[in-house]
Amino acid sequence: MSSINLGSIYIKTALVILLSTLLFGCLASLSYLFPELLIDSFGLVSLRPMHVSAAIFWILLSATACVYFGLNQLFHERINKTMALMQYALWIIAVLGVFYSYFNKQFGGREYWEFNPIWAIPIALAWILFLIQFFRTVSFKIKWPVYLYMWMTGLTFFIYIFIENYLWLIPYFNQNIVKDISIQWKVNGSLVGAWNQILYGSLFYLMDKISGESEMAYSKTTFALYFLGLFNMLFNWSHHIYTLPTQEYIRYVGYLVSMTEWIFLLKTLYQWKAEISEVKKYQSIFAYRFIAAANFWVFLNLIQALIMSVPAFNLYTHGTHITVAHAMGTTIGINTMIILAASFLFMSEPNKTYSKHMHQVFWLTQIGLFMLWLGLILAGIYKGFWQMSERAGSFSSMMEQSKPFFMLFVLGGFLLSVGLGIIGVHLLRMPKLIKS
Amino acid sequence: MKPILVFLILCLSYLYYSWSIYLSSSHSETDPKIAQVISQGKLVWQKYNCQSCHQIYGLGGYLGPDLTNYAGQSGDRKLFLSSAIKSAAQQMPSFNLSETELESLYQFLVSLNKSGIAQPKEFEVYPWGMIKPLKHEQY
Repeated sequence: MSSINLGSIYIKTALVILLSTLLFGCLASLSYLFPELLIDSFGLVSLRPMHVSAAIFWILLSATACVYFGLNQLFHERINKTMALMQYALWIIAVLGVFYSYFNKQFGGREYWEFNPIWAIPIALAWILFLIQFFRTVSFKIKWPVYLYMWMTGLTFFIYIFIENYLWLIPYFNQNIVKDISIQWKVNGSLVGAWNQILYGSLFYLMDKISGESEMAYSKTTFALYFLGLFNMLFNWSHHIYTLPTQEYIRYVGYLVSMTEWIFLLKTLYQWKAEISEVKKYQSIFAYRFIAAANFWVFLNLIQALIMSVPAFNLYTHGTHITVAHAMGTTIGINTMIILAASFLFMSEPNKTYSKHMHQVFWLTQIGLFMLWLGLILAGIYKGFWQMSERAGSFSSMMEQSKPFFMLFVLGGFLLSVGLGIIGVHLLRMPKLIKS
Repeated sequence: MKPILVFLILCLSYLYYSWSIYLSSSHSETDPKIAQVISQGKLVWQKYNCQSCHQIYGLGGYLGPDLTNYAGQSGDRKLFLSSAIKSAAQQMPSFNLSETELESLYQFLVSLNKSGIAQPKEFEVYPWGMIKPLKHEQY
């Protein structure tokens, strides 16, 4: 097996999982409109973890594919194919095991990782092999561009945080509720940051290839922003636990560190003109459209994240659908768009022209995602005011009155799923043409 | 400064911060027997995937209410919990919990309620944006 095909195998496996997460997501979203649907078979209790786990596996497997594509182009001869194959086999075991346990209603895990902890073992082993592969493949004799640092960061921290995710198996942690919930939020926040490092690194790599200008990947400003991103990944997670009775300094650290994200927003606004001219320059490249879309969603999610990180506003947003909107905005708007850009760029010629139909499908995904996001934001605002009201009605009446927002969310989700489904099938049917 | 040095400094700071959280003291049950029952209750919560629909301190699903302070509400909460779990409501499927599981789940919810407040309206806002509960000894 050549290492060239390896990236392709990972991305194609990830695309199959993407199709399944779309299916589970659509079915799960219907629970908001028809709560009794599938309640005795696969109600939300099963569909939600299926959807979430499939979404996480889609991101992790395609992030792996992006790194393999990049490593293959940079250090082709050094990839250990046997190790890569073992890593893939472990992932397949894990994915099959997780979905076997969900279909049999065997849970026992926690939010986002609801499967039996036994299936975390192959995931951890696969990641350790990936980490070893990375360090034995890259050259330490060259000056590293920022994307190599970002890949290293994502790979290294993922394994630490993933193990931390299972500290609850130790009674010392499990018997202390507040500490346990703190660590759970710490893990959820930082783990997303870890895979974001891999995908943002891939984005840098892609732009390096599209523009042919590699200076940016070595500039001091780029490194400063990378370290700021890493700083946030490591320390800003406690903006999720302002209401939790932890030590006060933990909450303040989260608040203060989160506010440094203003620098990212100011940088985006400062470079607005340059961004527009970049879009005009590369818009003929189909893959670039997904990068432009990811940049738009970065901007939108950054504003949302900054608002949510202020504790006074967080009181209104925490535990509401605004949090889901943020999660969907980042995993679909940013992560998925970067992955699709990488898929089109790595699996076809950059200047390949696509039919008008494919361009319409691209816009269908964007409109669908915006409707889904907006529906969740509106439902979240409504719930936020409900939970702050002194004369609030019952929870069920609040949910009933939120139905118009849920309808917008469900409709947006279906349009998005159709769009992503068509793109996914298109990519799956592509021949194994991978440039080196 | 070389990028790898900055990276290592951040890594070490993160490890220090993480371990300070692992070793920190916070609300916990002092009686080991009760602590074990509560711990079992938490595992029951996970086993039946309650988090798919319900939240604890805002973490979890959105189809049902947050249950952090469920045990502190008026009425016989234990009886209500038992009937809600065993007889399917409109949105909620029925679950076949044993009496032991039900008891430990209830003790878990009682302990959660003692640990703090999850209702946002029970908090006040400082001028600099930070929040603090109006009254609770755990904060």
